[in-house]
Amino acid sequence: MSIQEVQQDRKKSPFYSRQSELDRLNQWHEWKGYSSADAFYSSELEYFAIRNSTGVFDLTPMTKYRIDGPDALDYIDRLVTRDMRKIKPGRVAYAVWCDDQGQVIDDGTVFHLTEGEYRLCSQERHMDWLMASAIGFDVNIEDETADIAGLAVQGPTSYSILNKLGLDGLENLMFFGLMQFDFEGTELMVSRTGYTGDLGYELWIESSGAEALWDALFTAGKDFGIMAIGTSALEQARIEAGYLAAYEDFLPSLETVRTGRSRSPFELGLGWLVDFKKPNFNGRRALAEEKRRGSTWRLVKLDLEGNKPANHSYIFVKKYGRYSQVGFVTSAAWSPVCKQNIAIGTVKMPYGAVGDTLWVEVYYQREMHWSRLMANAKVVDKPFWDPERRLVTPPGPY
Amino acid sequence: MTERYDAIIVGAGHNGLVCSALLAKAGKRVLVLEARDQVGGAAITRSFADGYSVSACAHLLYQLQPKVVKDLGLKLEYASRNMETIGLSPDGQHVRFSGDRVTGVDDADTTSYKAFHKRMTRFADLLLPYMNQAPARLANFGSGDIVRLAKFGLDIRMLGKTEMQEFIRLIGINIYDELVEHFGNPLLKGVLSVDAVLGTHLGPRSPNTILTYLYRLCGNHGNVASPTGGMSSVTEALAHAARDNGTTIRTGMPVKRIVVENGRAAGVETESGETFSSWLVVSNADPKSTIMDLVTPRHVEAGFTRRVRNIRMRGNAAKLHLALDGLPTIEGLDKKDFGQRMVVAPDENYVEWAFNPAKYGEFSKDPVLEVTFPTFRDPSLAPTGKHVLSAIVQFAPYELKGGWTNDARDEFTKTAIAKLAEYAPDIADRVTATELLTPPDIEKEFRITGGHWHHGELTLDQFLFCRPVGGAAQYAMPLDGLYLCGAGAHPGGGVSGAAGRNAARMILSREKAA
Repeated sequence: MSIQEVQQDRKKSPFYSRQSELDRLNQWHEWKGYSSADAFYSSELEYFAIRNSTGVFDLTPMTKYRIDGPDALDYIDRLVTRDMRKIKPGRVAYAVWCDDQGQVIDDGTVFHLTEGEYRLCSQERHMDWLMASAIGFDVNIEDETADIAGLAVQGPTSYSILNKLGLDGLENLMFFGLMQFDFEGTELMVSRTGYTGDLGYELWIESSGAEALWDALFTAGKDFGIMAIGTSALEQARIEAGYLAAYEDFLPSLETVRTGRSRSPFELGLGWLVDFKKPNFNGRRALAEEKRRGSTWRLVKLDLEGNKPANHSYIFVKKYGRYSQVGFVTSAAWSPVCKQNIAIGTVKMPYGAVGDTLWVEVYYQREMHWSRLMANAKVVDKPFWDPERRLVTPPGPY
Repeated sequence: MTERYDAIIVGAGHNGLVCSALLAKAGKRVLVLEARDQVGGAAITRSFADGYSVSACAHLLYQLQPKVVKDLGLKLEYASRNMETIGLSPDGQHVRFSGDRVTGVDDADTTSYKAFHKRMTRFADLLLPYMNQAPARLANFGSGDIVRLAKFGLDIRMLGKTEMQEFIRLIGINIYDELVEHFGNPLLKGVLSVDAVLGTHLGPRSPNTILTYLYRLCGNHGNVASPTGGMSSVTEALAHAARDNGTTIRTGMPVKRIVVENGRAAGVETESGETFSSWLVVSNADPKSTIMDLVTPRHVEAGFTRRVRNIRMRGNAAKLHLALDGLPTIEGLDKKDFGQRMVVAPDENYVEWAFNPAKYGEFSKDPVLEVTFPTFRDPSLAPTGKHVLSAIVQFAPYELKGGWTNDARDEFTKTAIAKLAEYAPDIADRVTATELLTPPDIEKEFRITGGHWHHGELTLDQFLFCRPVGGAAQYAMPLDGLYLCGAGAHPGGGVSGAAGRNAARMILSREKAA
């Protein structure tokens, strides 16, 4: 087989030219066929940009489907667990979609662009499932991942930067709202959404306008500490925000082989997204049954003692002086901004109710030698990082 | 205010009638809605030419389950029972089958056939109880399912070591290999090949054609009967049984949709706009039209919808009806032999070759035929002295290249008659009227998607707990209050009544448990 036959060149995002100019580390990984940077300068520095000024993350590889047609609303309403009738044009909804067994296929955001026109965004690709769901509906589904470039502009100075960019009226944009602007003759959509748990926006533009947008954005942000960020910094921020990541905190159910390895929305703490008032949505029967019988797993946010991140650790309960294993950590980090040792994990019911104390077995290495400690962990319900500015409208200048 | 029933059955096919009769017998107020002006679905007698009537789709009875007959106290009149099967040979050296006896072949084949028949009927008897109950669930099973599965395993083990190994070896393989191994006479192998693939989109070399052969033997060991008055007499008897128990049957009432309210079946609406309410809707229609057309996918789930859409059910058998002004002559047959079942399939390869073109959207140039002369024992079907020939002609693919135009239809009719003329040279002169039902015609007339009389190919992946699709094999569809009772559900097609009976029993036992 020749190289031509393999044809697996990594795609480059339309921002690649600008990103590669800034790049100091040459650390890239693959995200759904695209090159995506781990970090450009240093992940710590980039992380602090998110929390103290503004970080800019290239969202282009994010899966984007355009969904329209006469049955678009009915279609999406059957696809996801929440009530999409309540999501008016100009609004965005966080949603999960499930297989027939009520197990989460993925989570993502649904943008109601204009009446009857939607965009579905997620980390993973789902055309196969979306097509299966479309049987019997008059809808068009188009993968516009490569056509639409996306940037997450996240951090306390993000509003000021976009304001300086000249986006008039942005001050009125509410959390989970979206607005369309004109950017040098190209439509620029801005949504007040993000994956960092802070004040922030996501910018969506046709790929042809991507470089000009990047340049204008970085010019506007010059005095506001704007910085390109990679996945490592974003990962740190999303754990602080308590957001889930596919393949880390849950497995897309259609990818699992063994029974019991997928999770329902209830088991991911997303019961609030499940609306049983809807007569039908995918997974409804199974979820109603789960609601009646009780779930097997529970997602927990943990505040651990000590400062050693608890990645890949077992979670225990202590009964009569003995530890018994009840779950495991799926994401963990030391949070500089919260000064907390935090983790997201999954435990068997009924353990892990808010306020419960669990124990986490943390392994760490010092000069080749491994050590182990049992860290006391408190189950919390709020996101670890949730500043007031995230929701305030109009957002304050910085 | 719409009328409310305890149960509404969509379609008065034989399974729908069995199901309605059993539900009514259990005290339910049952309504059966049938699109046609007569009950029976694909088991009806109707006119096809002036003065000539015929069993329009199914034309022989070999699978009617004894349990159905017993449960409903059916008393059927037969024009003939234990019909012989005659494998036709142009030179008059026919091969005749009756029970475990075969004549017209050498001694070795006679002996082999006896052993073959014994083994096959034994395996069929093993499967029989499982045809007459809902299949066990493999996931999320309850104790009853474990017992059933364990019993099935035990039954297989109880065959003894050799026979168990044979059963496991044979259940998934093709009949061709087995026939070639055991028999010498080509005609014998041809006829048995036909028995295995009749009504399917399979050739004798296709996998699991032993299974389809066993399926045919379930219940009556393959003994073929012809009811007096054609198939309608069976379904009329079922309708009487249903009415005697209090079922209301309304014909000429095509159902437009199954009404879904708050995520459950709530009744039906007919094409004339009448609605009938019931918390229990049982569909005798095939799974595809039930889900895709009557319920519509938006009321059920996407994975299920996709599985239903992908059910393989493209028919490959045509039905030929000839009005004859007299019986033809066939070399080596007595007049009384015209009361038997005749098969045109000179050898096993002939059957496979007949199947080959169908894979590529063409009909067989040398088709396989199953022929009966129903008027021989039942003169009421034709004017005095005249006769009817009713034949299944294979293979005639649902999706014919270029479509089933009138020309294509004429050509296939001519092909079939020409093939018959190789055995009955004077047949063409005797024909006064013809009717050919291709799979699209069967689809249209009998409302069977794909015109496949099993409502879904009989293959291992669409069998038992996978019939019609995995996760919905217990007659209950994944929509509260909706059940399936037709051939698309376990165990499958043929005028057997098993699916209708099993569905009724499942409905009643679930109600009891609730």
